[in-house]
Amino acid sequence: MYHYSVDLLKKKATAIRIDVIKMLTAAGSGHSAGSLGMADIFTALYFGILTHEAHNPNWDGRDRLVLSNGHIVPVQYAAMAEAGYFPLSELETLRRFGSRLQGHPERTRLAGLETTSGPLGSGIGQAVGMAIALRMDGKPNRVYVVTSDGEHDEGNTWEAILIAAKYQLSNLTVIVDRNEIQIGGSTEDVLPLGSLAEKYRSFGWNAIEIDGHDFTQIFSSVEQAHVDITHPSVIIARTIPGKGVSFMERNYLWHGKVPSESESVQAIAELSEI
Amino acid sequence: MTFEHAAFLSPDLFTDRMRSVPIRDGFGEGLLKAGEENTSVVVLSADLKESTRAGGFAQVYPERFIECGVAEAGMITIASGLAASGKIPFTCSFAAFSPGRTWEQIRTTICLNDVPVKIAGLFGGVSVGPDGATHQMLEDIALMRSLPGMIVIAPSDAIEARKAVVSSLKTRSPVYLRIPRVESPIYTSEQTPFEIGKANLLKEGGDVTIIACGAQVSTALAAAAELERSSIFAAVINLHTIKPFDAETVFASVRKTKRVITIEDHQISGGMGSAVAEFLSEHYPVKVIRMGIQDKFGQSGLPSELYQAYGLTAKHLSDTVKLILHV
Repeated sequence: MYHYSVDLLKKKATAIRIDVIKMLTAAGSGHSAGSLGMADIFTALYFGILTHEAHNPNWDGRDRLVLSNGHIVPVQYAAMAEAGYFPLSELETLRRFGSRLQGHPERTRLAGLETTSGPLGSGIGQAVGMAIALRMDGKPNRVYVVTSDGEHDEGNTWEAILIAAKYQLSNLTVIVDRNEIQIGGSTEDVLPLGSLAEKYRSFGWNAIEIDGHDFTQIFSSVEQAHVDITHPSVIIARTIPGKGVSFMERNYLWHGKVPSESESVQAIAELSEI
Repeated sequence: MTFEHAAFLSPDLFTDRMRSVPIRDGFGEGLLKAGEENTSVVVLSADLKESTRAGGFAQVYPERFIECGVAEAGMITIASGLAASGKIPFTCSFAAFSPGRTWEQIRTTICLNDVPVKIAGLFGGVSVGPDGATHQMLEDIALMRSLPGMIVIAPSDAIEARKAVVSSLKTRSPVYLRIPRVESPIYTSEQTPFEIGKANLLKEGGDVTIIACGAQVSTALAAAAELERSSIFAAVINLHTIKPFDAETVFASVRKTKRVITIEDHQISGGMGSAVAEFLSEHYPVKVIRMGIQDKFGQSGLPSELYQAYGLTAKHLSDTVKLILHV
């Protein structure tokens, strides 16, 4: 792990948010709320937390990052571009025919992606497989999963959570985007999840709750996860969906919607003032 | 009856010495052999290691065996992650559960991801017996052959099952192995060739081409023997690999006989017979009679009773041949 200053990280996160707005507007479809909400977590991952090499995406010594809620991939693409995996200019090809930046991430299309996702619930399981393989081979690499709270509606998620605890996969860290929204509204209206931290603890995990926009908390929670060598860890990150754009914040209708040209101008103006 | 020399069939075939062995025992042996040949092989179970015969591997290589509990989707996605990390995983469950309930995870995390997971679906067919319809998976060939990049194999005896497991290591593709519950006569020998995608012509004949897979291959041989007593000469093809389809072997036989009957313990819609019919309709249109499960579910019973009830016996087959030959 490497610690950049919070100031630098905030600047990078803003740049990523602006990238996300631009690419979604150009694409004409996609998912705004979760992508913006997770920009700080992705900044922290690509600029400090992950051991990785942008110019060597298949480097054997890299940490693995599994994006389970694949619909927020625009923020991952933006973070990857800002980190040097590919030119920033490629971001505007999101969702276009022939693009490496498919609407939902595909492992075989873009080096640096660890898996294909979109249908919810399969990310943690795949990360469990990676964590087991790394342990079998005696490798020190870590596995991170980004998942959403809504994704915990899927039974498949809980199967993986049970199995990770059975095998005490302390090299596995799950980060949950607890933004309390999903397509149909508030998670607590659609299918109440209650306290995910308590649920994970009862399943045998180490659970830490943080403000998903606070870089100090993000880094210290990952450090706590590293220190626990007998349990897999989950970081429940409270985030504001649509963070950074006033007319999107906390509005579930922006889950699967993208800004128009004029809305994008306003959004970028607001973000540029940060 | 003369068999194709190149098939090297067992000399015990149709004698008192012919043994019947559960095909899944061959599968279990195959896992052990695969594990011995390649240290990257890992085996996963969804709480069915005894009945799937994965238990043998679990005993010899406990550090390479992962028990997932009754969590098939968990098992498949974990296998995907293992394969992405350089392992060669074999997942073991009943076909009704995997691919039955795991088809989407297979599609997304194995096929779209293009990772070398080998999926074993045990107990395809009504031959499962007393457990009944819920456990008699009749749609798995249809499900799996529709997936891009998936290889689909239905071995026909225990020796072939063992070879199929070991052969699946030679390809980077995902593979589906359909392993029935029944005992099947060991009709092959160690010398019988097994190559993924290359069907085995077991017997030549000019009157009709019988194409079978799985436990129905021995049924086809028994029917062919009976037909020969009536001077009817049937060619018998073991289409162990349903995908990729061996066009050459099928075409070569059908060009001669111009009459085709397929037989499988699977729905006639979407299975091996459908694959044959699809190919021939385009390349050599002849009538294809598909014997199998006629768009029905299975039920409890003994395999022999069920084969009788669902039209899968050697007599049903030879009667069908005689019918189409107007004999």
